[in-house]
Amino acid sequence: MSKLYKYRYLIARRATQIGLLFLYFAGNAWGWKVLKGTLSSSELFGAIPLADPFAVLQMLSAGAVMGVNVFIGAAIIILFYGVVGGRAFCSWVCPVNMITDLANWLRRKLLLDKVERKVWVSRNARYWVLGLSLVVSAVTGLAAFELVSPITIFNRGVIFGMGMTGGVLLAIFLFDLFGVKNGWCGHICPLGGVYSIIGKYSLIRVAHNEPNCTLCMKCKEVCPESQVLYMIGKKSQIVDMGECVNCARCIEVCDDDALGFSIRDFAKSKSKGETQ
Amino acid sequence: MNTQNPKKEAKPKITERRRFLTIMAQSVGLSALGGIVWTGYVEEAKASPLLLRPPGALPESDFLRTCIKCGQCAEACPYDTLLMAKPGDGLPMGTPYFIARDVPCYMCPDIPCVPVCPTGALDQESVSSKKDGKEVLDINKARMGLAVVDHESCVAFWGIQCDACYRACPILGQAISIEFMRNERTGKHAKLVPVVHADHCTGCGLCEHACVTEKAAIFVLPREVAMGKPGDYYVKGWDKKDQERIKQRDLNKLTTKDERSKNKPQDYLNMDEELFDE
Repeated sequence: MSKLYKYRYLIARRATQIGLLFLYFAGNAWGWKVLKGTLSSSELFGAIPLADPFAVLQMLSAGAVMGVNVFIGAAIIILFYGVVGGRAFCSWVCPVNMITDLANWLRRKLLLDKVERKVWVSRNARYWVLGLSLVVSAVTGLAAFELVSPITIFNRGVIFGMGMTGGVLLAIFLFDLFGVKNGWCGHICPLGGVYSIIGKYSLIRVAHNEPNCTLCMKCKEVCPESQVLYMIGKKSQIVDMGECVNCARCIEVCDDDALGFSIRDFAKSKSKGETQ
Repeated sequence: MNTQNPKKEAKPKITERRRFLTIMAQSVGLSALGGIVWTGYVEEAKASPLLLRPPGALPESDFLRTCIKCGQCAEACPYDTLLMAKPGDGLPMGTPYFIARDVPCYMCPDIPCVPVCPTGALDQESVSSKKDGKEVLDINKARMGLAVVDHESCVAFWGIQCDACYRACPILGQAISIEFMRNERTGKHAKLVPVVHADHCTGCGLCEHACVTEKAAIFVLPREVAMGKPGDYYVKGWDKKDQERIKQRDLNKLTTKDERSKNKPQDYLNMDEELFDE
């Protein structure tokens, strides 16, 4: 039971990720009306449109003239993640997260970080890829990242049949295992970059309670975006960087109750900004 | 202390400014490299024109930029006709298409695949017609492709009687007609051969699906591939509507220009005098 509690968020995340894939699959296979379409664009309960804002942005850049539904869908998604925490998408919805988490778990078990040759990629590479995808979309007249996105490829694979999808996923797995730690999700993926920006000022945030911290650094070890935990052992404050994926792994591994979810207090952070 | 090692001083100093500019140059350079490879891949990926799209699809280049790859059309299709391109298919990833020989489009009157499209890549207006002042879905207006007959392998052209495609056609007698042709070999029989009419063919592929030969002798190709274009040099003089076509001709786009270029194209029909003058 205590073990279940220890992994409560991880279990909830996997349940959400697999549950959503199942609902999408059921939407196609048995005509369930709960969730139809794919992660690029879907229909919730047969009425509410949802759309990937990044896909829409690329298509606009490619010069597409689109119906209004897709803009409403994108607005709903932006609003949702703008409030909940932008990259909650990455850790609670995106199916590729399961693969990169597996690679990362293996890395820790095999002590790869301690032994292997280091390959360095900037954490900011995703913003360059994001900009680049818009440029390539404009040049080619085709949403460039959507054409290669392993997220929607995996998602469609589950719904419509895999084909060679496994090859794409294996490539990402190997890159994360032997290339760069958290290479895909934490460095390259431009969708993660988009949600970092969308969720920059979101409400639900991990908060650090410095007096409880024993500096064991388990949180930094498990965190897929460890740079966002810069305040550990230094200062009681919320994790304010947009790159935090709200996966709550840090909360789970902390034995000292020094980390927990909280609601961003705008008034407080504002007054703090003034005093600084 | 500089006097002890004057050589060291000669080395350029790495200032913050230099560091910033170098990092930016590196990032832009690597992005350019990535962009070139990426653009090349995208251009290759979209250069596969022999694809049949769902009914109401915009022209291919517009379709590619407007389709969000959500698969709602494929989910709506009751016959599982529509497929979503996946890795290994060698087609523009994630876009819907169908293989008529395997599962053709059965041309549902309510066209369930089109209204669900969230972006308008499948254009409802193009498959609607006015009925009693109201827009009604009309699958017969779909132009997914055009059936083409290979005269060499179609057994009807050999003189063997077969009208499988003609019978399978949902627009019976209009999209495919059976024409008589003298059988020169026997000298006393007729060949009954299928002829496709582009004005009515929707490209549903039921004919290709029904064709009795090992590899279909009638098959659907995208219209851009299957059809030629007469240009405005040739006009059906007996067709008022076709004559309208040359009036829209852009005279600035003429490749050869001489005295007569000043005249309107339709003047050509009444220029006997000029001919006799020479």
